[in-house]
Amino acid sequence: MNCGDFVDSVTAFLDGAMDEATELRFLTHLTTCGDCETCFDQFRQTITILGELPEERLATAARNQLLGAFGALRRD
Amino acid sequence: MAGAHELPPDEVLVQRLRSGDEEAFALVLDTWSGGMLRLASSFVSTKASAEEAVQDTWLAVIKGIGDFEGRSSLKTWVYRILVRTAKTRGTKESRTVPFTSLLPEEAEATVDASRFRSPGERYAGHWAVGQEPRPWHLPEDHVLRGEVRELIAEALDDLPPRLRAVLTLRDVEGYGSQEVCSLLEISPGNQRVLLHRARAMLRSRLDAYASSPDDAHAGGGERGLR
Ligand SMILES: [Zn+2]
Repeated sequence: MNCGDFVDSVTAFLDGAMDEATELRFLTHLTTCGDCETCFDQFRQTITILGELPEERLATAARNQLLGAFGALRRD
Repeated sequence: MAGAHELPPDEVLVQRLRSGDEEAFALVLDTWSGGMLRLASSFVSTKASAEEAVQDTWLAVIKGIGDFEGRSSLKTWVYRILVRTAKTRGTKESRTVPFTSLLPEEAEATVDASRFRSPGERYAGHWAVGQEPRPWHLPEDHVLRGEVRELIAEALDDLPPRLRAVLTLRDVEGYGSQEVCSLLEISPGNQRVLLHRARAMLRSRLDAYASSPDDAHAGGGERGLR
């Protein structure tokens, strides 16, 4: 496995979608290539920040309208 | 995901919704609408249109909760209605592309080929000299970290629709790959390619931001001496 193959397969590795032999080659590369270890870490950091994005919110007017619609329909 | 609220189990929730419990409805509405807005944005062209798609979805949920059979989780059922609603809207706005096959720009290399040594060279396929990734120094500080999050949010908005949909569901909303495949009706292989491509694009956006301050990297300055 060279560095190009390694960076292409980061997601397959993280998803546990590799067969055992490929996973072993991936791990071997990870532990012996400092540059790819850096790249791997950058992927992880990217994923972490995506998980930290603030929640979006429904506009108050829309929210109130939906609460009203729920109440109206369920009262019938 | 930040601030995930505790929801009762589906059986309890569905029961409460069917009996007209407004508190239960407000709870799911507030817990899921944020993620729904984000996902809807992948399929439609404006923020307003995404909001309408989410509203239409909730109206369909209110009317259809009696038909929910519990074959998926309630959240997946709601999200599926959303995907259908948003896709239909997107088609009318001529935005949505078919989800079945990969587009060329979605299957591009993770890292530009020029950053690796070419075939025939010694160590072909390994990082070229001066092109190796440099460690990031992303801020830990809350305020500065907000700047990074903003950058990522913008980059997410710029992604092609399908990359955005997959990345939103997997990494922002925390869905597993199987659920994403079923929601978007794509194969596991395509899902992985889209996810990886999307992550790679955001990684390079962050890379441009995070490794810019110390550009005086060994090697870079020597080129002029030769
Ligand atoms: Zn490597």
